[in-house]
Amino acid sequence: MVISEVATISTARAKGNQPSDTTWLEQGQGGVLHLKGNWTVAHARRIDNLIRQVRLEPGSVSQLDLGGVTGFDTTGAWLLLRLADRLSISLPDGITAAPHGVSELVQRVSAARAEPADPSRGGNPFVIILARLGNATLEAGREAGAMVGFMGATVAAAMGALRRPARLRLTATVHHMERAGLNALPIVGLISFLVGVVLAFQGAAQLQRFGAEIFVVNLIGVSVLREIGILLTAIVVAGRSGSSYAAQLGSMKVNEEVDALRALGLDPVEVLVLPRVLALFLMMGPLALFADLMGLIGGGLMAWVALDIPPTLYVDRLTNAVSLWTLLVGLVKAPVFGALIALVGCYAGLQTGGSADSLGRQTTVAVVQAIFIVIVVDAIFSIFFNIVGV
Amino acid sequence: MVLEEENEPIIRVSGLLTRFGSQVVHEGLDLEVRKGEVLGIVGGSGTGKSVLLRTIIGLNRPAAGKIEVFGRELAGLDAADRRELEQRWGVLFQNGALFSSLTVAENVEAPMREHADLPAALMDELAGLKIAMVGLPHDACAKFPSELSGGMRKRAGLARALALDPEIVFLDEPTAGLDPVGAADFDLLIRELSDTLGLTVFMVTHDLDSLYAICDRVAVLAERKVLAVAPIAELEEHPHPWLQSYFHGPRARAARKARQ
Repeated sequence: MVISEVATISTARAKGNQPSDTTWLEQGQGGVLHLKGNWTVAHARRIDNLIRQVRLEPGSVSQLDLGGVTGFDTTGAWLLLRLADRLSISLPDGITAAPHGVSELVQRVSAARAEPADPSRGGNPFVIILARLGNATLEAGREAGAMVGFMGATVAAAMGALRRPARLRLTATVHHMERAGLNALPIVGLISFLVGVVLAFQGAAQLQRFGAEIFVVNLIGVSVLREIGILLTAIVVAGRSGSSYAAQLGSMKVNEEVDALRALGLDPVEVLVLPRVLALFLMMGPLALFADLMGLIGGGLMAWVALDIPPTLYVDRLTNAVSLWTLLVGLVKAPVFGALIALVGCYAGLQTGGSADSLGRQTTVAVVQAIFIVIVVDAIFSIFFNIVGV
Repeated sequence: MVLEEENEPIIRVSGLLTRFGSQVVHEGLDLEVRKGEVLGIVGGSGTGKSVLLRTIIGLNRPAAGKIEVFGRELAGLDAADRRELEQRWGVLFQNGALFSSLTVAENVEAPMREHADLPAALMDELAGLKIAMVGLPHDACAKFPSELSGGMRKRAGLARALALDPEIVFLDEPTAGLDPVGAADFDLLIRELSDTLGLTVFMVTHDLDSLYAICDRVAVLAERKVLAVAPIAELEEHPHPWLQSYFHGPRARAARKARQ
């Protein structure tokens, strides 16, 4: 007697070299239940359903006959145990005609049967939210403190290198200067050029209404030199180098390379962080200067094309509109931004935990925090320059 | 576990040529792995033991030669057939290679989720069972790989390799980096699983104790090919100088003594 509907469904696994087969149960004489077919993981859903559908009184079956089983694995053993539980059959006595190895496997699985977990979580949701908020606040405070400490350690390492220049990793510094500075020139230049173009175009459209097109030169000159050149550079560098520093140091951390340095008596700040910070500190100025130039060229080109302001007039107006101070006010921020981006990137990298997930998170943190800090510091600079009247 | 046992080769490698650039790793390598056996692969550093393992499971493409697993040639398979084949073996990488963003239980469930059609509750139960079977405590289920010791990570990796009850497991230095007690436990575990589950085990190892304790046969890689495949007692008598120094060095003597 076939006792379950599911029995007649054949497996979907027709492809491949495994025989297409079924799993089913048959009730025999004298309290024997015959297990038939393939009791493997490929048929687990079917077997699971089969066992759920068994409508036999506990005690009406005392023996499980495995003579008709053609395939068996740990999943099958697990489900067999469940079936036995359901029918209150004690194992291993309740199994007959088990093929070679099957009863050993059932015993092995039975021994390893994990005790059910009791996740005793819960509690007042309000308290949980409050606790989470408190923890996040404490964490943010700790984070800020650690970040300042890290900056201090870097400055101390820089001072140490200043006193004994031999300790400075010159090769590494130059390498990072090339990678973060020189190789960034094309992208920084292009972006700045395009923003110059856009600025000229949009500025002209507004100023034309007052018949004051010529002031577009002032607009371009002041905004590019004071703010846009350096900010764009900082954002590009944060995305390019800040993230790469975080990823480099993060994977070194995961790989225990940072610990290895420490174990060798080397200071990771001196070996890894200082060259990077120094490289961006030095290269940010030239990069920003290049961005300024390209922005002015882009704006000038657009002024020529759209407003018929010839280059000679453009340069003439520009020298009237801006002074050396305008340029310097922009450029003086560059090393500060560079150092901050490198510091934030390195710090985020060194905070990486042991997982790929954490590495990805820290890389994001490096970029987002760097851009955020750069803009905050830029605002502070603005206020300062306003007060001193530059 | 297929109940009809036969002594047929389950993996057959013939005329294998692998190279990286100009460096030839294997040349004319032949190897047969029999169903249900525990085969150890030994060889000096750089003889391409791990490369051989990676080539058999399809992570490296050989320059020439034929690899048959379950009687089917790997090179000629389309993607669907390959996936099907891959479900029939499990791999334990050298450091476990657990997915670091998943918990141990989720790691074990990953292959089930991808390849098998299982109800979620049953999947949890089976993951718990596999984790218990490799000898990890129950509370390890919810832990992340970074919270485990090296030995526990290997066990978790083995649980993941066994998730779909494969017919072959490939182990890359399963006992490297474990303490002697942990390594002996691990050996025992592999032997026991191989016996109860009818697993074929392909094991790259440096561990002489493992060779003596659990391997049915040992294949020796040297000079870019398989120098010999035989039970360890026969290999001890092999005249090749590397084998002589391998089996008659001080560490081998100690391992053999421990065995007797």
